[in-house]
Amino acid sequence: MIQWRPVYVICMREFIKFFREKSRLLGTLARPVLWLFVVGNGMSSLIKPQAGFSYLQFIFPGMIGMTILFSSIFSSISIVWDREFGFMKEMLVAPISRTSIVIGKAISGTFISVAQAVIILVLIPFLGIQITFLQFIEVVGVSVLVSFCITSMGILIAARLTSFDGFNIIMNFLVMPMLFLSGAMYPVTSMPPALRHLTQINPLTYGIDAFKHVLLRNGTPPLGPEFPIMLDLAVVTAISLAMITLAALSFRKKE
Amino acid sequence: MPVSMSIITVNNLSKQFKSLTAVDDISFSVNEGEVFGFLGPNGAGKTTTINILCTLLSPTSGTAAIAGHDCVARPDQVRASIGLIFQDTTLDTGLTAYENLKFHAYLYNLDHKLTGRRIDEMLEVVELTGRKNDLIKNFSGGMKRRLEIARGLLHYPRVLFLDEPTLGLDPQTRNTIWEFINTLRKREKITVFMTTHYMEEAENCDRIAIIDHGKIIAENTPAKLKEMVHGDIVRLVTEDNARAIAEIRQAFGITAKEENGGIFLEVERGEEFIPKLIHGLPVRTRSVNLQKPTLNDVFLKLTGRTIRDDVLTDDKETTREFVRSHRRAQR
Repeated sequence: MIQWRPVYVICMREFIKFFREKSRLLGTLARPVLWLFVVGNGMSSLIKPQAGFSYLQFIFPGMIGMTILFSSIFSSISIVWDREFGFMKEMLVAPISRTSIVIGKAISGTFISVAQAVIILVLIPFLGIQITFLQFIEVVGVSVLVSFCITSMGILIAARLTSFDGFNIIMNFLVMPMLFLSGAMYPVTSMPPALRHLTQINPLTYGIDAFKHVLLRNGTPPLGPEFPIMLDLAVVTAISLAMITLAALSFRKKE
Repeated sequence: MPVSMSIITVNNLSKQFKSLTAVDDISFSVNEGEVFGFLGPNGAGKTTTINILCTLLSPTSGTAAIAGHDCVARPDQVRASIGLIFQDTTLDTGLTAYENLKFHAYLYNLDHKLTGRRIDEMLEVVELTGRKNDLIKNFSGGMKRRLEIARGLLHYPRVLFLDEPTLGLDPQTRNTIWEFINTLRKREKITVFMTTHYMEEAENCDRIAIIDHGKIIAENTPAKLKEMVHGDIVRLVTEDNARAIAEIRQAFGITAKEENGGIFLEVERGEEFIPKLIHGLPVRTRSVNLQKPTLNDVFLKLTGRTIRDDVLTDDKETTREFVRSHRRAQR
């Protein structure tokens, strides 16, 4: 049971706070720029362009994925923040369903991540990529899907985190490995088998692959997309649905 | 409205956290329009009871109902008819006063056309109209409390729960907060259920239940409770305390005791006894002091302990730790 007025106001709260905290916006935008132009340019001297794409162009879809990853996790971890500072109680004692809270958090987290992914697109002219309006729409579409997936996963984790101490563990043992094992910085098919298996259970792998389909049109592995686009979209959708269901269920528990 | 109509009914309520019984088979009812207080040391089970009543916790056994709605079976109806002010602030410090209230109005599905007017009205009562668009992070403790009271009443609840409403506030702010609560209580015609471990605060209640180790050990009006302590305490300093003690025993049949260079004795209706005492005592009296029993004396008489922060902080920590580890274990 979802009540839409509470969902709306939970979203509004997140948007207001997002635009008030300028440092958060700056931080999420600075990170991909740093990766692209420092790491990307450094690595370009080692990796030659293949099938018409340079290394710098190759990591751009990965940087969109990274932006979404950090933004979505940060948004959903705000639940732990809310609990720590008491505001969660205000929502928990209101005559609204727990599912409404989860949906509100998921929608707001998705919107904020998509907004940041779109802002990242201003870097496109510096990378020698040209995109059509249709491609832009496609990027937004994939961003919505990937953002919703990661935000839902984050909410599921946040529902189980009892204090902020767990945040560092999540960052080091989940978020960073998800980034490194996603094909954001190197093709996944050429990895050793043990690592390759890990990339295959990582939703971000398929999300970033979908971005490669849209942005690196006609690219071929290793620097182009590595899986069929339909597989990418199906996996991300399936994981999204599983995550949001589990998140809603784990929020319903009461002592 | 009949006075006997009860709006909160609690029957044989218990809550067990593993080996700790936080609430132990309590029963009570609160009448509509009343100010009902739970008085007891930290860790006595006050907050656990509130959490059950506001549907945040499920009871281990027993029932609780508010405005006719069962707290377990009909949590949404219960939530819609209550307003809550928790021990710790639950405002969003990154939002303004107005935004916090608006958020609340949407959560409680307050009529769209009413919302703006109602927010302004409540801000005015708690005298925060001028700070409407300021961020909460710039508010003092007292201002936050006032805003929380305004927010707790925004959606026209029938019962307002106050969990240690003035904890951590200085005495002057505490008084102001109580003025607001009393004004609003009359204005909005609501029932107040509060917990406290401050004696002075408990004096604001129409009826008090004294709770210790999860059990209600006494329940009555503050005046009636104080009558449980026999008599008043009269302290006097005389020129010859030893002789005074002997004279008092002879003339009134009362045993006075020596204490810090003075003497004290327990009598009923101390204010009437003092003139007789002075008149009948051949020893010159330097000073007289009459002490009426306080709720603390009541608690002392019932439990052999005083409700004091320092002694019982450990107790509170133990309960908190229990609740925490219990939650962890459940996850």
